Amino acid sequence: MAIGVLSPEPAVTTRRRLSVRSYPLKAKIGALIIGIFVLVAIIGPYIAPFDPSAINSAQSSPIGPNAVHLLGTTSNGGDVLSQLLVGIRSTVVLGLVTGLIATFLSVVIGVSAGFLGGFADEGLSLLSNVFLVLPALPLLVVILGYLPEAGNLVTAFVLSVLGWPWGARVIRAQTMSLRSRDFVAASRETGERTWRIIFFELLPNEVSLIAASFVGTVLYAVLTSVSLAFLGLGDLSSWSLGSMLYWVQNQNALVLGAWWWFAPPGLCVALLGTGLVLLNFGLDELGNPRLRDAAGQRKIGGHAWRPADPTPVLRELQAPRRRLAGAFASLSSGAGNGTQSVRSLLGPHRGAPPGGGEAQ
Amino acid sequence: MQFIARRLATYLVAAWVAVTVNFFIPRMMPGNAVTTMMAKFPSLQPGAMKALEAEFGVGHAGSLLHQYGSYLVDLSHGNLGLSTNFYPSSVATVLGQTIPWTLTLVGTATVISFVLGTLLGILAAWRRGGLLDQLLPAFTFLQAIPYFFLALLAIDAFALHWHIFPNGQGYSMGLVPGWHWAFIKSAVYHSLLPALTLIVTSMAGWMLQMRNVMITTIGEDYVLAAQAKGLSNRRVVWTYAARNAILPNIAGFAISLGFVVAGALVMEYVFSYPGVGYTLYNAVTSDDYPLMQGIFLVIAMAVLLANLIADAIYVVADPRTRRRAAY
Repeated sequence: MAIGVLSPEPAVTTRRRLSVRSYPLKAKIGALIIGIFVLVAIIGPYIAPFDPSAINSAQSSPIGPNAVHLLGTTSNGGDVLSQLLVGIRSTVVLGLVTGLIATFLSVVIGVSAGFLGGFADEGLSLLSNVFLVLPALPLLVVILGYLPEAGNLVTAFVLSVLGWPWGARVIRAQTMSLRSRDFVAASRETGERTWRIIFFELLPNEVSLIAASFVGTVLYAVLTSVSLAFLGLGDLSSWSLGSMLYWVQNQNALVLGAWWWFAPPGLCVALLGTGLVLLNFGLDELGNPRLRDAAGQRKIGGHAWRPADPTPVLRELQAPRRRLAGAFASLSSGAGNGTQSVRSLLGPHRGAPPGGGEAQ
Repeated sequence: MQFIARRLATYLVAAWVAVTVNFFIPRMMPGNAVTTMMAKFPSLQPGAMKALEAEFGVGHAGSLLHQYGSYLVDLSHGNLGLSTNFYPSSVATVLGQTIPWTLTLVGTATVISFVLGTLLGILAAWRRGGLLDQLLPAFTFLQAIPYFFLALLAIDAFALHWHIFPNGQGYSMGLVPGWHWAFIKSAVYHSLLPALTLIVTSMAGWMLQMRNVMITTIGEDYVLAAQAKGLSNRRVVWTYAARNAILPNIAGFAISLGFVVAGALVMEYVFSYPGVGYTLYNAVTSDDYPLMQGIFLVIAMAVLLANLIADAIYVVADPRTRRRAAY
């Protein structure tokens, strides 16, 4: 069932490959931020100048940044920079692991439910509704209330199991809407197999939703675990951004005005989240040409036109108010999703020979 | 209608599963209400344990099936057991006192943030590359800040430093809760800062989702055709583009409405707000298992109800869902 057989060379040569330089700026910034965090997660514990748990019993108030402690100390002499470098690892790992597992589950379940319909949809929707009614934070709070010694592993597990229905529901809704479109109907009429319709017709149109779902899940995992630790219900014996913030609150860093102590962990979580969302923006723009070409737009007749829009044919009308509307030359120029329905009716996709779906 | 009926059946099954999970969690976990009470009142004689076990319904007399049966009967009477924290108040009484706080504050904040976020998303998408669109990364940053961190900073600045808002609690000390002006004024005043922080952090999510779906929708042929027909911009934006682009947001909104009861946990902890979340936190820290279970059940039921409402709205908003019911 090689796909290469039914689409020989045109598929590769006609598609414009995006070089790294042409990636959207937001994606580059987001990827850079995430990259730095992942790097710190890997090497952080090895480059930490002090033992993060080391305390100086003679000290009773936090000391600001200085040559020895670059980010100052906590009130009992712990080195903030070391705590940060060590703590980022567990937060990043927890977020990424949870995001990967939960997104995989939500894509599989959301697409199957939305596309297959009928009993499969009922069953899978029931499953996701059941998981949806088990709200993660309260359930985690209750479970951790019973099991105070449970650590990050339990947290990650419960977050993954409870984190997928959100994405699954959105993806299911989009799949239901897509499957009733013309281009899906057309590929079904030409005899495409179900798995091929799902992977080559539906999923490419859902990349932005799936990416958003992944980013959302990682963000949710990071923020939930940080919140849990902040409430004092997480694993406080190990260092994470959440447990740092717990001690910040517990030892009144804000009241003491020790900004070097409370700002870094909070900003790190915010920066990590921002990086994720920016990366999501970029992924969106890669997958959806309509989101991409904001840079190439031109203002003609008071309306911003982008390369994917149809060629504007402008005509001055008497009434100045209606000047903007203009008439459109054609419907089928451009490369966006909207024109796909037209094209898929005119002929098969991406250089596949007529009837190719059947021939395999 | 058939669609709604089937959904209703689905939710009944889901409700049953939630109730059952709630039944099994305490039985799989160590610790129970009686040990909490015995630890709380060391003067209790060992003989009192039997009486307490009978009162709290632990000690698990009879077979598992028998316990399950009496648990369901109790539930149907709204009997969630007794709270050890507020002994001898029942869990239902405690919940009755706390739910209105959470529902009013977080419900209002969620609706405001949804409406505002969706409108801004529509605007950002329509004016691609405009000021609002350029500001998106800033909104992203607000969304990514841990909520409690922003709230702590807000309390530090607005309450402790500038004294514009109170630094916590639901109403001023010394007031008796009731429907009189002094109390209502105080309650609204105390809810402003929590509501503002909630809106600021949650608005960006709605905005981003709405903007992205909206941009894709604007590219659709029928929007183009509507513009080509010379329809007014307002009509194209609202009746053609936004009307379709809002569907994923509606699906998301219902789910978040259910989390209204739950997501407030951190907010209520930071602001010492007398709602469900703060009560759950207190129940956990003081091992009040019956109350924990009761709150969890209420939250689960709220999510179910919200989803049912969402389905109803979705059916109204998207005719394709109605047609699907005929399958």
